[in-house]
Amino acid sequence: MRSRQTRSPGEKGAGRVVAFVVLALMAVGWLMPFLWAVATAFKTETDAASESGWIGGDGLTTEAFREMLSNGNVWIWALNSLWTSLVITVLTVTISALAAYAFSRLRFPGRRWLFAVIVAAIIIPPQVLIIPLFYEMLTFDLIDTPWGLILPQIVAPAMVFILKQFFDGVPIELEDAARVDGAGRLRVFWSIVLPLSRPVMAAVAIFVFINAWNNFLWPFLVINDTNLMTLPTGLQTVIDAHGIQYAQTMAQAVLAALPLIVVFLFFQRQIVKGVATTGFGGR
Amino acid sequence: MTAAVERPLVRTAASRARTATTTGPSREGLVSWGFLAPFLVAFALFLVWPLVHGLYLSVTNQSLTGAGGSWVGLDNYREALTDPTMWRALRTTVWFTVVSTIPLVILALVMALLVHRGLPGQWLWRLSFFMPFLLASTVVSQIWVWIFNPDIGAANSVLGALGIEPIAWLQDPAVNLYAIVIATVWWTVGFNFLLYLAALQNIPDQLYEAAAIDGAGPWRRLTSITLPQLWPATILIVMLQVLASLKLFDQAYQMLIGVSTDTTRPIVQYIYESGFVGYRFGYSAAISYVFFALIVVVGVFQMTAMNRRRNLS
Repeated sequence: MRSRQTRSPGEKGAGRVVAFVVLALMAVGWLMPFLWAVATAFKTETDAASESGWIGGDGLTTEAFREMLSNGNVWIWALNSLWTSLVITVLTVTISALAAYAFSRLRFPGRRWLFAVIVAAIIIPPQVLIIPLFYEMLTFDLIDTPWGLILPQIVAPAMVFILKQFFDGVPIELEDAARVDGAGRLRVFWSIVLPLSRPVMAAVAIFVFINAWNNFLWPFLVINDTNLMTLPTGLQTVIDAHGIQYAQTMAQAVLAALPLIVVFLFFQRQIVKGVATTGFGGR
Repeated sequence: MTAAVERPLVRTAASRARTATTTGPSREGLVSWGFLAPFLVAFALFLVWPLVHGLYLSVTNQSLTGAGGSWVGLDNYREALTDPTMWRALRTTVWFTVVSTIPLVILALVMALLVHRGLPGQWLWRLSFFMPFLLASTVVSQIWVWIFNPDIGAANSVLGALGIEPIAWLQDPAVNLYAIVIATVWWTVGFNFLLYLAALQNIPDQLYEAAAIDGAGPWRRLTSITLPQLWPATILIVMLQVLASLKLFDQAYQMLIGVSTDTTRPIVQYIYESGFVGYRFGYSAAISYVFFALIVVVGVFQMTAMNRRRNLS
């Protein structure tokens, strides 16, 4: 996504310089907290705990990182975060896309009101459901299991809405041609509609993945076993247990953030577009 | 699909309906439910059922331990509506929503307007403003707990350099909600920024070209083209932000662990504490529904305001 220039040819350079300076100051302000965290992660615990500048009196050290990585849990949590987020993303996108296609293309009794119910459900905050969902997971014996973590996160009515809007805009002629040739609905969906929808599917997938990767409340409630925790909840237990050791805590913060930052740098265009497409549909 | 279907050149709703009847409604109906089934099963199991069951739990004295579970009528709701802690939590959430939404919308707009001017370094600006949104709440909280540390934190160092007395950011009940607001603005403003950026890119160039011919200056173009064109996006962004802010829990809970949270406990935290610390599932479910009612009222109010606006213009 490239920004178009909207200034007129007559605009003087002075306004541009002012804008640049303001923008640069804001950007520095926004990067600063994270840079401070990075700087602290490279200090010794003693330096981090006493007021000092960017570099502590003991100089730069990777002590905090080594200390933290030798604690095997961080790796397990990162792996748990990765695979559960991926499964949530795949399941959410799959079931949402299938449903959205049915609402967009197929005619069946009750279609309108069913879709209205799903759209209305967008407003239900997951926080309202934690008590009955926890109770349900107790009944199914899914507390402290990966499925107890994953399943309640795969229902995303907003994504059905977004995908249905998109499918509505795909020309139907292509599908008709294939159907005349005898292709079934599922085949048409798989080999014609899906390839055409790659950008919007990527947008939805990225959005779902970021949310799953960062989700705190539900994993915090449903997982007690340290080996099954994800990064956000795992890191919280370290803080709760040891109080805050600043250098190590910041090292953890930096490591947990790194994967998504790298992903952002690589897929910047898609992510920006993804937020723009899905963001207006609800978060 | 084996039934041969005639293929009209232009597809209309009527011809689609005709296709449905020629292939047989039952066949297409069956296929439809096949497509819908996976989503509907999950929807029913993890959304509709909990919503209904939660309503039932809210009229019982169910405990997390499994005890209780007998019908108590509206007692939980009666208790909630006379519970000062519930009201304080509700007030905290609403106040946080007001105080956080304003900077989260205005700053996002300013950032997007500046970045949209096409200055060099686009990727860097986008990374700077959006990157915090990619961080988990735990990470954000850790960074800001450190910044707000009264003795060694960066916030007080900056204040010290300006000759201002240090502040007990997270410990002082008069300011700690605002500390949460600052951290939240830093964390999530990038999302609104991207939404504004997308909206800016949808403004047709012709409008600016016409204005340039009329000799409109930059300020005039901003107030008479850009801002009015952004109005629909602004309404949506405010709506989404209000609904997101009302769900405050993660960062408030994480940053204020160990601090008395009587004045800063948001309603979602009170739901969590009643249910999972106090073990009172029934009461907690009742508070959940009070919270849900608030969300619905706010949502309906915003929707009506938006529709009225649309009808007027």
